[in-house]
Amino acid sequence: MAVGQAVDDRVRLDDAILSASQITKVYPGTVALDHVNFNVYHGKVNVLVGENGAGKSTLMKILAGVEQATAGQLIVDGQEVGIRSPHDAARYGIGIIYQELDLFPNLNVSENIFMAREMTTRWGTIKHRAQEAFTRNLLARLEQPIDPRTHVSDLRVGQQQIVEIAKALAEDVRILIMDEPTSALSATEVSILFRIIHELKSAGVSIIYISHRLEEVLEIGDYITVLRDGHLAAEAPIETVTLPWIVEKMVGHSPTRQLDGREHQFGSEILRVEGMTLPRHGGGFVVDHITFSIRAGEILGIYGLMGAGRTELLECLIGLHPEATGKILLDNRPVRGNSIAERIRAGLMLIPEDRQRAGLVQTMSVAHNMTLASLQNYLRWFFLSNRRELQNVQRLIRDLAVKVSGPQQPVTSLSGGNQQKVVVGKALLTAPRVLLMDEPTRGIDVAAKDEIFQIMSQLAQQGLAVLFVSTELQEVLRMSDRILVMSKGRITGGFDRSEATEEALVEASAVAHGPASTGGDDRATN
Amino acid sequence: MGLPALEVMIVQPTEAPSTLPTGRLRAVLERVSIQSLLFQLRAFIALIILFLFFWYKLPGIWVKSDTLIIMTKHVAQNALLGIGATYVILAAGIDLSVGSIVGLTGMVAGALISQGLKLPLFGVIVYFHVWVIILIALLVGVLIGLINGILITRLNVAPFIATLGMLYVARGSALLLSDGQIYANLGGSPDLGNTGFPTLGAGTFLRLPYPIWLMIIFTIIGIFVAQKTPFGRQVYAIGGNRRAAELSGIRVKRLLTLTYMISGFFAAMVGLIIASLLVASHPDAGNTYELNAIAVVVLGGTSLFGGRGTIGGSIIGAFVIGVLGDGMVLMDISTFWQTVIKGIVIIAAVAIDQLQQQLQERAALARSQAQALQTSQSPTAGH
Repeated sequence: MAVGQAVDDRVRLDDAILSASQITKVYPGTVALDHVNFNVYHGKVNVLVGENGAGKSTLMKILAGVEQATAGQLIVDGQEVGIRSPHDAARYGIGIIYQELDLFPNLNVSENIFMAREMTTRWGTIKHRAQEAFTRNLLARLEQPIDPRTHVSDLRVGQQQIVEIAKALAEDVRILIMDEPTSALSATEVSILFRIIHELKSAGVSIIYISHRLEEVLEIGDYITVLRDGHLAAEAPIETVTLPWIVEKMVGHSPTRQLDGREHQFGSEILRVEGMTLPRHGGGFVVDHITFSIRAGEILGIYGLMGAGRTELLECLIGLHPEATGKILLDNRPVRGNSIAERIRAGLMLIPEDRQRAGLVQTMSVAHNMTLASLQNYLRWFFLSNRRELQNVQRLIRDLAVKVSGPQQPVTSLSGGNQQKVVVGKALLTAPRVLLMDEPTRGIDVAAKDEIFQIMSQLAQQGLAVLFVSTELQEVLRMSDRILVMSKGRITGGFDRSEATEEALVEASAVAHGPASTGGDDRATN
Repeated sequence: MGLPALEVMIVQPTEAPSTLPTGRLRAVLERVSIQSLLFQLRAFIALIILFLFFWYKLPGIWVKSDTLIIMTKHVAQNALLGIGATYVILAAGIDLSVGSIVGLTGMVAGALISQGLKLPLFGVIVYFHVWVIILIALLVGVLIGLINGILITRLNVAPFIATLGMLYVARGSALLLSDGQIYANLGGSPDLGNTGFPTLGAGTFLRLPYPIWLMIIFTIIGIFVAQKTPFGRQVYAIGGNRRAAELSGIRVKRLLTLTYMISGFFAAMVGLIIASLLVASHPDAGNTYELNAIAVVVLGGTSLFGGRGTIGGSIIGAFVIGVLGDGMVLMDISTFWQTVIKGIVIIAAVAIDQLQQQLQERAALARSQAQALQTSQSPTAGH
């Protein structure tokens, strides 16, 4: 509906080296992409932006052959093609640099670059010397004097990113997908990357560029496509757009705040965190001297981009990182004990970001998952009382409106939203005072999101303190009484419900990404 | 609002009202379909088929109380080891030191009975009562399990490596204890007040030998602990998803260590039974028993990846191996063939397991995709 430039697109379609048409992708429980069109213009930087969960990564995985679309067509050079594997994608000249580094840390730089495409002698052995010479040339072009024989595990993250880029360049790609390529780069490295991008453009390579950093996008991009909630929100040549326009398209026109009818009356301060610090391997801090407090009945939202340290902050609070330092005060009394069990007993409970890897025990039933963190409450002598367990489980299934056929149903057979409710139920059965919710609505459908939000409001109303982390602006704005913004491990903004705006949050989340501070940091570690 | 009020939500668990919840029976009925029932009882069905096969092949020999009691006595050793191994494997671990612990604890008991404990400081030799000796041997088993657990959870040595190393260390220690010799005549002497050790293996109660009673008692305890205690539940959770278990406040390292201590305890018990049966302790006793223990657990349907399986299954697994072994002996099948057939049975059992699981997962995935497509198409139809 928001495709304003539809007519323009038809005209320029001849230039599109690749176009994805009416792509739909369905995952169990969610629709990640809903009839999305996306064009990649020849020799241009085609920017793709959208909030987390808008479907950017899914779309890229489809282009790279990692995932297959549920419906829709891919057209390369005017021909409809099927890209069923990364191998197919390589055949059409599509290369991808993933956001999560995709290198083998146990192998050296040149072995990584030639992975699965080794130069071999006629005896089938690897021509190490030739590979290393090639790698050295490539890295020289990227102005990175890295020895090709260095193990990737010995490189800084920024250097690893450069190796990723070198790897893609070595493959002679026609279309290069860069998913957040600058998230780990210093200012100098970014300028080198931009120079390389210009070089590639003049060599006729088309680039798909995904980034959260909107200023950067305006600088490097030629065309921009905005996705929102799995839909195409807009497409336009970059010279016709402005930063506010992009933000508006990303966020949409829907009301930014639906008041939830909650009385915003807070009790006394429950949790106070002072100087929470988690050092990073190889220098610096993942969580950098964070201090804040939260009152009973308050929902405190923490917003930040990927890698801002939000998840790690919650992990420090629940005791997952014994090496973290800092003070935690619950009801003005310091929390003693570093173990998760002790923190849970003190009244903290985490609802982890990754439901599958950290939230659920897949081999167990709904009931057993729910009671897992509070088993001592159902003891009768030494034995678990089935009756007590079931009573509590059934009460929560009812209160949280979990859709199950029975408490014994395997937890893996539930939808994402209902699985999340099981994790919430497990947390509530520990009778927490402070609930730490890390991306509680990740990967669940819209209706289930609303239900989770309602549960959060009601819990706050009952006097719980809810600390809630999200990368989705609207969620944070809608749910929070107060918002903290994190960037690079530090708090870079604090807003009351009344004064928070999307623009302010986005701005604060980009602080410390600027050249001044990052450049300085990097020179120090170099 | 779509949700009912959550008023009681953050209150501690409420006391049970007097009426029983009806959910339990309903839940049981929902889970039971003929197909899944057959699948869950597959080891048991295999056992019955084997049993009937030997009954048919060995008329007049197989179904006799003597034959059955002897067979069950054989089964008891594997079953006891299997109970310990089930806990370890449910928590996604592995214990290869079991057989060596069997050997070492037997030797410890043998040495204490026949030589006593020399205390050079006081210039005396202490001879313990048999009960004390049994206790010491069991403690040695538990202690080795504790060391295994510390190596695995505190020093992060992979379970396979830690217990493999312990396999050598414990076996070597057993040989060192007597310089490779056997301790014979463990009958003890009335003068020293340490008689009665052979009773453990040979004594009977209600016509059944003590090892069978030990198997019955510890099977019941084992099942209860696994199904009805927080410890058991948490072991399942650790095997199912260690990180989720950790974040639920489960003391994963402590519990994992406990599983190895349990395994050591049962290995020690089997070591004592064997020494008692033979009235002698041999430093080579229990060689490769760790593999029997694992085979028994796997045959019983427990996943080596952890989180799935039961103690009861392992007991059935022990009976399958026992029936197969004794049946083949009575049929005069060569021991070489016996070994080959045992191996085939183990592989076949696990292969069938995997196949069934894959089929189930595929069906579940297809269902959920179909569901998602349906729900996604209806609201977007107007686009």
